[in-house]
Amino acid sequence: MATQAEVAGLPARYALVRMEGFPFIPMLILASITFLAVFADVLAPYDPEVGSLGARFRPPAWEARGSVEHLLGTDHLGRDVLSRLIFGARVSMVVGFTAVIFAGVVGTGLGILSGYLGGWVDQVIMRITDTWLALPALTFALFLTAIVGPSEMNIVIILGLVYWTRYARVIRGEVLSLKEREFVRLAIVAGCSKWTIMRRHILPNVLNSAIVLGTLMLGVVIVTEAALSFLGVGVPPPKPAWGLMLADGKKGLMVGYWWLTVLPGLCIMLMVLSANLLGDWLRVKLDPQLRQL
Amino acid sequence: MISYIVRRIGYSMLSLFLLSLTIFLFVRVTGDPTTLLVEPGASQADIDAMRVRFGLDQPIWVQYWTFMVSLVHGDLGQSFYYRTPVFELYLTRLPNSLLLALAAMVFSLLIGIPSGILAAVRVGGFWDRSGKVFSLLGLSLPSFWVGLVLILFFSVYLEWLPSSGSGTVWHLLMPAFALGWYFAAAHMRLTRSSMLEVLGSEYIKLARLKGLPESRVIAKHAFKNALIPVLTLAGINLVIMINVAVVVETVFAWPGIGRLLYEGITFRDFPVVQAVVLLGGAMIVVVNMLIDILYAVIDPRIRLEK
Repeated sequence: MATQAEVAGLPARYALVRMEGFPFIPMLILASITFLAVFADVLAPYDPEVGSLGARFRPPAWEARGSVEHLLGTDHLGRDVLSRLIFGARVSMVVGFTAVIFAGVVGTGLGILSGYLGGWVDQVIMRITDTWLALPALTFALFLTAIVGPSEMNIVIILGLVYWTRYARVIRGEVLSLKEREFVRLAIVAGCSKWTIMRRHILPNVLNSAIVLGTLMLGVVIVTEAALSFLGVGVPPPKPAWGLMLADGKKGLMVGYWWLTVLPGLCIMLMVLSANLLGDWLRVKLDPQLRQL
Repeated sequence: MISYIVRRIGYSMLSLFLLSLTIFLFVRVTGDPTTLLVEPGASQADIDAMRVRFGLDQPIWVQYWTFMVSLVHGDLGQSFYYRTPVFELYLTRLPNSLLLALAAMVFSLLIGIPSGILAAVRVGGFWDRSGKVFSLLGLSLPSFWVGLVLILFFSVYLEWLPSSGSGTVWHLLMPAFALGWYFAAAHMRLTRSSMLEVLGSEYIKLARLKGLPESRVIAKHAFKNALIPVLTLAGINLVIMINVAVVVETVFAWPGIGRLLYEGITFRDFPVVQAVVLLGGAMIVVVNMLIDILYAVIDPRIRLEK
């Protein structure tokens, strides 16, 4: 107890101590990807969805047949790979963040309800969570896309519906221990309604865990989106999504057009790796309880 | 104890029942399978006849009842598309999935356990740091991309390995690596933390005080105990591997259960989808239940809590 208060009250000159191990490079990568996503219209040299069939399968500029016109080459429809990668950042960002937030809001809400109210509410929510978890995430997502059809909006909803259970489980566990704490009991004695307690006393205390989980989920969500797009049930073509580019890249794989496969994958890797590193750091900093996760 | 086990089995049955209901409704929302199965230009009468044959003309609760009754009798129904019993279809694919999962598991343990131990023995050392990078990469790289890059190198450039299909051990190497890396990372992390916990315990201190050589302390005393949680996780992961391999199977055209499910969803082959999802779900639910019960046997605190 005391140590936590002391840490919180550290003088400003110790601020750096708390930044120890801050993942600068991952932050930089995420910031750059965000920058690319926001200013894609200005930064991309070509329209990502229009190509010229005369310029199909051009290799990157530094290869023998490459030219500076298309720095990272072109794909099977002659579309500029660099432009598609830049616009793809937008798709990944938008889908990743909104899906994580959507799943987080639903999962945290239900987790709090489940943990605090207990009884049949808890039973119902936990049984649903169990059922959900028995379906592998990707299978589940495949299903939902078969039902609603692929579109960017649907992918967000689907990923949210698939992944809320992860939050619900963890948050419920935390609420169970929180509700035995003094301040919650005092709030009950003071006559606060259940709703007020959940909103004012429980929610702020589980927010850290929710944020940490969200950061760690970002990577998972982006990979799943890419996998769905790769299987042809994610973001519909011709929209430039990294997973979709990988699926298209298969057309040139066996003849060695490596840039169509390697580059989009590198982008996914950089983004997911950065999100994971950031999440790892946040976990240690914000939430000692989650350290063993 | 008995009441705990009964309750736990009850919950598992309930989960499976909910899963069957969910999946049954979900597949039916995806659309009408007959439109994909009839010949182009078939008359409405043909379509209706097909609907009657598959029992799709019945009200949905009647369909569900029929499905559950035959399920209880061990009959998972006939595939709409292949026109063969679904369970047979499942059994023809299961060995492939098992083979892939086992190979991926062997790989993940061969990499994960030694590197986890090395990392725990020298915390912060070279192996610890490279292990961290390896596991973070494993957790961050999409398995299908790993598969594609492997094909690019080993099939296209080096021409060492076949890019797709199954049959020989050479076909198995790349898919097993692509699927196993993610799990190798998880196994490494757990081995490391489990080893660290054991190495900090009293009996390890005692073993050291006795003057045993460090290699013996690690190999004989620490390793065995640290292995328990890792093997538990590996057990769960084997089941998960069988059921999540769909993307890797797609990349390498590996004829496993994931492909079967994927085709089932695409062709709206309801019985196939229901069977694959239910059998997969059952595997996961049963393994989780066994582990819970096993833990309750070991740790009385779990079974006493409400």
